[in-house]
Amino acid sequence: MIQVKNLSKHYPDKVALDDISVDFPAEETTAIVGPSGSGKSTLLQALNLLERPDQGILTIDDISLDLAKPLTSSQILQIRQKTAMVFQEKALFTHLNVMKNLTEGPIKVQKKSKQEAEAKAQALLEQFDMTELANRYPYQLSGGQQQRVAILRALAMEPKYLLLDEPTSALDPELEAQVLRVLKDLAKKDVSMIIVTHNMAFAEQVADQIIFVDNGSIGYAGPTDGFFHSKEARIKQFLGAMSF
Amino acid sequence: MTDFFNLAVKYLPELFIAAIKYTIPLTAISFFFGLIFASLTALIRVSKLPQNEWAAAFLQIVKWLANAYVWFFRSTPLIVQLFIVFYGLPNAHIAFFQSAWVSAITVFSLNTGAYASETIRASISSVPEVQKQAAESLGMTRAQVYLNVVLPQAARISIPPLSNSLIGLLKDTSLASVITIVEIFYLSQQIAAANYKVLSMYILVALVYAFFTSILSIGQHYLEKYTSRFAQ
Repeated sequence: MIQVKNLSKHYPDKVALDDISVDFPAEETTAIVGPSGSGKSTLLQALNLLERPDQGILTIDDISLDLAKPLTSSQILQIRQKTAMVFQEKALFTHLNVMKNLTEGPIKVQKKSKQEAEAKAQALLEQFDMTELANRYPYQLSGGQQQRVAILRALAMEPKYLLLDEPTSALDPELEAQVLRVLKDLAKKDVSMIIVTHNMAFAEQVADQIIFVDNGSIGYAGPTDGFFHSKEARIKQFLGAMSF
Repeated sequence: MTDFFNLAVKYLPELFIAAIKYTIPLTAISFFFGLIFASLTALIRVSKLPQNEWAAAFLQIVKWLANAYVWFFRSTPLIVQLFIVFYGLPNAHIAFFQSAWVSAITVFSLNTGAYASETIRASISSVPEVQKQAAESLGMTRAQVYLNVVLPQAARISIPPLSNSLIGLLKDTSLASVITIVEIFYLSQQIAAANYKVLSMYILVALVYAFFTSILSIGQHYLEKYTSRFAQ
């Protein structure tokens, strides 16, 4: 389980996270939703310390860190070994082909042999029907393919938790569907996923748990059904604004 | 015209030998060290201040020194820099610079380094932030992020302007003649002084420079093609 307690992040002109405490259960899919600028990406990026909160306790399984104190690079590495991140867009290494994008982390960070890393990458490409992309560079891929490769790059690190930061928000609906199908498959496989998304239909179908972040605070954290049938005015207003 | 042709046949071998003995090594060695100075300076200038107070104060001083270095070499003429180092410093009992070669390589590499540091700094800054974040999220250390992701991408961007610096440097080595190095320009002056074929000799030496800079341009073309294999 990932757990954050009393997490706060202040920017000079804005409070991004205001004393947030919330749990992300293992082997479940959690969707983080909320209006633009509400702090949901900040919350997600805090989970692997790409974003450094001013204070709070971050606990991932047996590792617990007090974020108000300076962290050593080995502490940060421990956290990042447990998590892997998929970004909004254009985060594949542009100078490496797909195969090398998938093996860069396992070889350079996890010190796996090239053969081992490539075998794993090959297996992932086969599993997701993308073997024909192995030798292409990112610029030769469609946006949807890029995002699917980015998901595989994260999976190649064999993380316990997969973090996804609006992975489809830069895509056309058709390409978005390709990516969402991959994520849906993953959700069925007991991968622990935490996904920031604007796509409410997807969240409703796939997520076990919803966290609604509103203006730097938690507006809801609980079962998916409860969120979509909530009687609370703020949630109804948000869901109303998301549909048309 | 036959006169020029005969002069060319007679003196080109000599000029080429001087180029291979002086101009090319001066350029290559100075560019090599220049790139090292440039990379160090660029990394110093793009690095963020650490949280530790003492480390931050130290880095701040190093940053000022790096800025002062770039400022000095970009604000003063190359020929003045050569005079200061070769004629000036030995006067202040720094005997190291009595050697014209040492002086020339020192000045040329520091000068190229100052200009190229700006190129490298700009190239590093142009690598999108998300590329660094992606590398960090895989668990790479800051050094690994730079080595494996930022520098390879910055290299592609910096090749055209760095090629300009290299070509400029090759031509600037003609200034080594003012500190007694008999490189090809100095040699052509000596020959012209003896045979009075002033125009022909200087056109010949210009052609020799153009020959070598053209080779560099062709090299640049292929290097760009190679490093652009991952971009449109």
